[in-house]
Amino acid sequence: MSWLDKIVPSMSRTQRNDRRASVPDGLWRKCPNCESVLYLPELEKHQNVCPKCQHHLRLTARKRLNWFLDAEGREEIAGDLQPSDRLKFRDSKKYKDRLASAQKSTDENDALIAMRGALDGLPVVAVAFEFSFMGGSMGAVVGEKFVRAATLALEEEIPLVCFAASGGARMQEALFSLMQMAKTSAALEKLKLAGVPYISVLTDPVFGGVSASLAMLGDLNVAEPNALIGFAGPRVIEQTVRETLPEGFQRSEFLLEHGTVDMIVSRPELRERLGSVLRKLTHQPVVGVSADDASVEVGDFSPLPDEPDASRASR
Amino acid sequence: MNPNYLDFEQPIAELQAKIEELRLVGNDSRISLSDEIGKLEEKSRKLTEQIFRDLTAWQVTQLSRHPQRPYTLDYLDSIFTDFDELHGDRHFADDAALVGGVARLDDKPVMIIGHQKGRDVKEKVRRNFGMPRPEGYRKACRLMEMAERFKMPVLTFIDTPGAYPGIDAEERGQSEAIAYNLAVMSRLKTPIIATVIGEGGSGGALAIGVCDELQMLQYSTYSVISPEGCASILWKSAEKASEAAHAMGITASRLKELGFVDTLIDEPLGGAHRNPRKTAERVREALSGSLERLQAMDTETLLERRYGRLMSYGAPQ
Repeated sequence: MSWLDKIVPSMSRTQRNDRRASVPDGLWRKCPNCESVLYLPELEKHQNVCPKCQHHLRLTARKRLNWFLDAEGREEIAGDLQPSDRLKFRDSKKYKDRLASAQKSTDENDALIAMRGALDGLPVVAVAFEFSFMGGSMGAVVGEKFVRAATLALEEEIPLVCFAASGGARMQEALFSLMQMAKTSAALEKLKLAGVPYISVLTDPVFGGVSASLAMLGDLNVAEPNALIGFAGPRVIEQTVRETLPEGFQRSEFLLEHGTVDMIVSRPELRERLGSVLRKLTHQPVVGVSADDASVEVGDFSPLPDEPDASRASR
Repeated sequence: MNPNYLDFEQPIAELQAKIEELRLVGNDSRISLSDEIGKLEEKSRKLTEQIFRDLTAWQVTQLSRHPQRPYTLDYLDSIFTDFDELHGDRHFADDAALVGGVARLDDKPVMIIGHQKGRDVKEKVRRNFGMPRPEGYRKACRLMEMAERFKMPVLTFIDTPGAYPGIDAEERGQSEAIAYNLAVMSRLKTPIIATVIGEGGSGGALAIGVCDELQMLQYSTYSVISPEGCASILWKSAEKASEAAHAMGITASRLKELGFVDTLIDEPLGGAHRNPRKTAERVREALSGSLERLQAMDTETLLERRYGRLMSYGAPQ
């Protein structure tokens, strides 16, 4: 079964039952916003942004990082860390079994992927949450990987970028998961004191313990359009205040209006915009201008990509 | 049912009612009932010991939320002297769910920060049931930074169901307010001691809970989510709260076993509310001991130790 079938089980089921369907399973996907039926390879070419309505569908962590970082020189960080069930936690299912099935369906060890690499030649460390791994929840492995990535960024003095997509702390790890909030925030504070840039990109959705720690601590907090972001989930709030929530509540646009995020950037523009900001924060010349020509002083600077791009330079 | 006693304490309540009755009769008549009363009191004490010997995680949760349990301001009165409450986050408002200010412990200046719940309905509402909004956390942050400037240790008292989940709190950046405190506390150049006196409700607790030493009262809890919340998500029923409380290991004694707690403070028989003075005395002793240890360290050692402590949480074994 492909990864997509897990995400849209109902759709693949109807396809399987349809005798007239001559296409293989999982080649089509319906946009949850405009309901257009989209050809998967086409959708993936657009990094899961609906070509019809620009709705941003979720992107797996690995696809996200492979797209965000230059193809050359990507290197995974702490990929072998395995989650453990310290509390022998069991609800209707054993935590161990939940982990096993999440690992099987996502082909990842836990809910965070970390890599070092480059963004248009600028060395960066980037991490991304895998939402389909137990709701992108933060347990000990997520916290530890995040800290290792942040520490690498600190040691090498290169920017850190995080793509958050998470329901919050992982309940099955109880206080171990709560403490990851403090652990990751402490590591980020070191970056802040050392003047190493950290950009937090909020993608749909970001809540709870992840929102109330690493995701809100960026030098820049950037959101993808229409992502749902908050501390408490909308249902919890509705039950507490017993009022209907305002239109657009906890969406990226609401956060921009209330001063929580610096900008909303659509996925196709993300590499360019973040690159542009990071190059300013690290005093690097614009892409396409060699370090020798630049008026600013630069530190170590890895080779520039071959193709200069005028549109990037104009920002 | 006597509201001063929890459901599992009802046998004790019945016995206590009998003792009260005998006392009233004894006052009226010439027959001395003191022997009888003494026997019953001994029985009641034994019964309480028996019931409290082996409490479930859920029973501890109930005790941590007991309506008569001492709150932050009660400890302030009994442990510290010369308290000046300081108000406001300097941006938006003062949050009554989180109190703070300067006081003295054994004559030495300290900064106190703590969640505050209310006793009667009006006060409960004013204190928002101990659930701070962003301005509460920002006030806490302001006071912590002030403590750093004036070289005062920070003593925090944790007792909250959680940070307030409301529309206004979201609008003003509840997540950011909590996250910011976590970051600041990780490098604050003064000792921080956190004491959980009741409910340690998730991020709303941790936002004043990053520390050099963590103390917990015997019948307090500290948890990533409330047992009810966990049960309704994982068991799909809030009625499984007792199972969730057990599974998450939220009690002080369990968390001590797991290595999160430095000092476990024993409560008087029947819980802190049965003898608030004795409880306060024990909290005070624990605080003094902890302060002595931490103030013997130079700032660099203190901060390295704190960072190491944070990094150790859930590190690969």
